[in-house]
Amino acid sequence: MTDTIDRTDAVSAAPTEAEGYNFAYLDEQTKRMIRRAILKAIAVPGYQVPFGSREMPLPYGWGTGGIQVTAAIIGTDDTLKVIDQGADDTTNAVNIRRFFAKTAGVATTERTTEASIIQTRHRIPETPLTEDQVIVYQVPIPEPLRKLEPRELETRKMHALEEYGVMHVSLYEDIAKFGRITKSYDYPVRVNGRYVMAPSPIPKFDNPKMDRMPALQLFGAGREKRIYAVPPYSDVKSLDFDDHPFSIESWDENCALCGAADSYLDEVVTDDKGGRMYVCSDSDYCQQRRDAGHIGDGGDPDYVAGRAAAAGGAE
Amino acid sequence: MIDRPSPLLQVRGLTHRYGRQIGCRKASFDLYPGEVLGIVGESGSGKTTLLKCISGQMEPSEGLIEYATRDRGLLDVYQMSEARRRMLMRTDWGIVYQNPRDGLRMRVSAGANVGERLMAFGDRHYGHIRSEAIDWLERVEMDIARMDDMPSTFSGGMQQRLQIARNLVTKPRLVFMDEPTSGLDVSVQARLLDLIRTLVRTLGIACVVVTHDLGVVRLLSHRLMVMKGGAFVETGLTDQVLDDPQHPYTQLLVSSILPV
Repeated sequence: MTDTIDRTDAVSAAPTEAEGYNFAYLDEQTKRMIRRAILKAIAVPGYQVPFGSREMPLPYGWGTGGIQVTAAIIGTDDTLKVIDQGADDTTNAVNIRRFFAKTAGVATTERTTEASIIQTRHRIPETPLTEDQVIVYQVPIPEPLRKLEPRELETRKMHALEEYGVMHVSLYEDIAKFGRITKSYDYPVRVNGRYVMAPSPIPKFDNPKMDRMPALQLFGAGREKRIYAVPPYSDVKSLDFDDHPFSIESWDENCALCGAADSYLDEVVTDDKGGRMYVCSDSDYCQQRRDAGHIGDGGDPDYVAGRAAAAGGAE
Repeated sequence: MIDRPSPLLQVRGLTHRYGRQIGCRKASFDLYPGEVLGIVGESGSGKTTLLKCISGQMEPSEGLIEYATRDRGLLDVYQMSEARRRMLMRTDWGIVYQNPRDGLRMRVSAGANVGERLMAFGDRHYGHIRSEAIDWLERVEMDIARMDDMPSTFSGGMQQRLQIARNLVTKPRLVFMDEPTSGLDVSVQARLLDLIRTLVRTLGIACVVVTHDLGVVRLLSHRLMVMKGGAFVETGLTDQVLDDPQHPYTQLLVSSILPV
């Protein structure tokens, strides 16, 4: 018993901003339980480990799974970045970032390169991640077979026995109907040549980034109570047919702000007369490029000139 | 007797109980490659219980069911690993259900239904899967123009033909059929029976057909077993049993057919 008390004391000694909360909101027993699930998930890449998901102070579907994983792995010396649809300034991202700033007192950042933990919804940053980083995905539906097989008992058996033929049935249907695979997000992947896994609703544009990524990838599904993981440098292959190979989205335009041709673009409607522009969905990546002097068709030359002058003045 | 082939399926002392109720009692028989075996009996006589037990869907209370696998000879169906049994059921066996909804994926197209087994087997070439599906849909006399339609839009007879195509695409050696034609009207029934007979003959598939319809077994099966109260009461060549029934129950059964 004394052992438990000691540990709690040691943790409560850590610097926290909010009074009355344990470090990073969750109690230590819960964190231990989640860490055990994470360790198992890393040991069996792509396998969905059940865990006792807790109530969190935000609704299901807003990232309760991701928050619990982040809370279980975050330490006082971590720097956290949170993105939603690639952007750091959207409601979900801002809320979760402030949540951890308040309950864990950790440093937060919007720069991908400065972060040690990146919690994400719907995107992987354009800047390649490193071995020193962990990316935590928020997952709504962890079971890739769910739409094809409603019974949990059956899907578990299919995973156990590697019966993944039905996964290709859905891709076949796409080609038969539309002449190509139309699935564009949450595109199923096979991890380490074994488990078929849902990569969470990231665009398939990001799927190749998962393959042999140096960073540890953790996935948390709060409502479905599942955690899974892809260890660093693991093979992640998108499912496809030999004569209809996997391909990612491409655009005719470049980013209107920074001129990037290699990033995932969002279409932004600018008026009610058909005006539109394409901009990077990764706001940090776009910012870094503009600060470095890149400019797109719709970019503001004064802004870029101003930043360049400011950078020159600082030197 | 020297050139007699070894049996494909061996059933010994199969008994299945539902609690205190007996579903099937001490059934034993052999099935040889290319042979069509009919099992008839009234409702509740244990036909479906027997079929479920021998087709790997329900483990019997007692008894031994052995299947001659392609690579390792006779193996006990319920002693092999579940992975192997399920693989066997998907590739070397076929199961045609009375209700097509049990055997088909109703939410995916007819072509995908036929292609599913190929994809489960590791076929990753769309063009090849597609052409195999077309080939088999043609063999079961289906309209190729409808191969991308959902099975739920098909008539009962078409659904049943689709089920057969889906099962035969991996060239199984043994097909189980549970009342394949009941629920269809007579003209559709006749066409389906004709189709099944042609396929079974040309492909040399062994078949176990369970039905209450004596006309179906007369047309399809070589050998016939009559079930009552969970046990076989009479077995023999189909024409022998139907033309010269020995057991009182078989006599009753044969005399119960309504003349047209």
